[in-house]
Amino acid sequence: MTDYYFRTKDLAVGYHKKVLIHDIQLDIERGEIVTLIGPNGSGKSTILKSITRQLQMIGGTVTIDGKDLKSLSHKALSQQMAVVLTERIKPELMTCQEIVATGRYPYTGRLGILCREDEDKVDEAMRAVHAQELGSRDFNAISDGQKQRILLARAICQEPDIIILDEPTSFLDIRHKLELLSILRSMAKEKKITVIMSLHEIDLAQKIADKIICVKGETIAHFGHPEEIFKEEIIRDLYEINNGYYDPVFGSIELPKPEGKADVFLITGGGTGIPVFRKLQKENVPFAAGILYKNDVDYRVARELAEEVITENPFNEISESSYQKALDVMKTCSRVINTGVPIGSCNRRLEHLLREAERMGKLEVM
Amino acid sequence: MKSKNEISSGVTSFHMENFKRRTRYFIVFALLAAAFFIIIVLNINTGTVHISVPDVLRILSGKVRNETEYNIIWKIRLPRIFMAAILGGALSLSGFLLQTFFANPIAGPFILGISSGAKMVVALMMIVFLQYFQSFSSFTMIAAAFLGSMLSMGFILLVSRKLKNMATLLVAGTMIGYICSAVTDFVITFADDSDIVNLHGWSQGSFSGMNWSNVRVSVVVVGICFAIVFLMSKPIGAYQMGESYAQSAGVNIKVFRISLILLSSILAACVTAFAGPISFVGIAVPHLVKMGLKTSRPIVVIPGVFLGGAVFCMLCDLIARMAFSPLELNISTVTSIFGAPIVIIMMLRKQKGKQV
Repeated sequence: MTDYYFRTKDLAVGYHKKVLIHDIQLDIERGEIVTLIGPNGSGKSTILKSITRQLQMIGGTVTIDGKDLKSLSHKALSQQMAVVLTERIKPELMTCQEIVATGRYPYTGRLGILCREDEDKVDEAMRAVHAQELGSRDFNAISDGQKQRILLARAICQEPDIIILDEPTSFLDIRHKLELLSILRSMAKEKKITVIMSLHEIDLAQKIADKIICVKGETIAHFGHPEEIFKEEIIRDLYEINNGYYDPVFGSIELPKPEGKADVFLITGGGTGIPVFRKLQKENVPFAAGILYKNDVDYRVARELAEEVITENPFNEISESSYQKALDVMKTCSRVINTGVPIGSCNRRLEHLLREAERMGKLEVM
Repeated sequence: MKSKNEISSGVTSFHMENFKRRTRYFIVFALLAAAFFIIIVLNINTGTVHISVPDVLRILSGKVRNETEYNIIWKIRLPRIFMAAILGGALSLSGFLLQTFFANPIAGPFILGISSGAKMVVALMMIVFLQYFQSFSSFTMIAAAFLGSMLSMGFILLVSRKLKNMATLLVAGTMIGYICSAVTDFVITFADDSDIVNLHGWSQGSFSGMNWSNVRVSVVVVGICFAIVFLMSKPIGAYQMGESYAQSAGVNIKVFRISLILLSSILAACVTAFAGPISFVGIAVPHLVKMGLKTSRPIVVIPGVFLGGAVFCMLCDLIARMAFSPLELNISTVTSIFGAPIVIIMMLRKQKGKQV
């Protein structure tokens, strides 16, 4: 029997007594990173607002460390839970350090005067998010990425056991996204702080989360480990993707492939094909690709973007039948492109294919 | 390791930053205190009758030489100075609380129509009371003003639920102010009791005619409010980060919001009850004080705003009395001349901030 840190039982959330999502059952262990994913307006924020007590729960219970959320005092809760919200704040004349220092609120006395220890904790939190150099700057004068880090530092400064973040990566460029998530990761693993957050980027969610919550419709569609969740059908269904493809291994998405009969044949492999696939897709030229081993990166993308893919089983020599199939398709195409496929002992037959293409006068080399 | 230290040498710790800032606070407070005493002295010895500083000291220490001068200082000028200081502080504090509440630096008791609401109810009550009871105590006056300010405040809160846009809220407040002023003017025009004539001067805002009993009452009311507000500086600081963050830090938002509304209304009501509506002090002073202190931390800003408001109103009252002596200006005439441009500058700056 695992000792769960954060649990919800039959939780129902919504606005003005109207239930939006019900039967939310979550069991989260200490130090886990849990990510909510789901389409816009699915109610991710509503759930987060309810478990942070900004919204009244409509039904069910939430327990943190064995205690009922409803029974916790404001102070007790704030010593345990910190938040980073989507709401953009515009404080007047406050330096970043002062913003971070507001995290000390649950620990200071009646007048909120900071002692030396509190001040040191502020510096420490600033270091944890790599923002020491921002210390004395006006909060309104820094970039969005920096603001987000400062707000995270504020949450850290609150010394919580659990941090709840509502879309912390919105407005951030890729570098700042990675930075923020890696800070969260090390916090969760080193300090055993539980993290619950909503993310828009499913690829990032897959990479950072220990558990995933899929929010859709009136209930939680799925709750489980990323490897159970990130399957093509689940994601396609969750986001109702019907004009593109999602690759669960890389967490990447592809736009729909060009429709029609393949006009270009690509002799490709070893990752040399992907940029060419994308280029042809953008030009809306249907293409075929081969001969690809089923463990080749090119294969994963070609599967989604090519009209036809001629494949071979991994680490085998190219069989006569695959070769013939490729040759047949090639004959129907008006152009053949060698994307620079590396040729070794297994796929030596590609040399024949290239020679045939040259003989037909269709070969172009990248 | 050493090189790392060198890199971080440009980074000052929070402790050092706070130390530097405390020096700044000290200087600003010292300057305000100096201004406070200088203006008190100026206020005591200038007027239609000039009384030199040594004379003032002699009169105040009890060695009475001249009955008229004693009366001028003790019965007219001193209560007036104290009232200007107390009410100026109260008004600025009320402005600061409203700005915190609405998260808008241009909010204030006058611009939101709260002062005018108080004025209207005081005028109505005065007429009723003088007809039936022949008297009107300071506390009744404050109670009436409080009722009026809560009336306007209630309306503003209703409007603010519908309108999230602050600019429209300010317009709504100004309109409420006009309606209340119109009602007050109407009442005053058709009431011809001799006491009502005084109402006219009061309804324009003035510190004249204050006595020691007024001072006692306002010291008690404003003093208690100030103490409560000061003790609330911690949640006020958290609230400056926005409601949700304050809540997550452990502030009981409902209780806090109600306290802010009540306190700012009582403060504004007290001012209006004694001195009538006074414009722009509630916006201009908190802004200037925050600029001077370079922070919005309530624990320093609250006393700073109070002291700053006292200095500002005493100075404006001095100008109101002296500029066209023996003619006296309305206090709002003077506060508007200084206050309104500050508000315009603030709005321009805010607009600039938005474009970036």
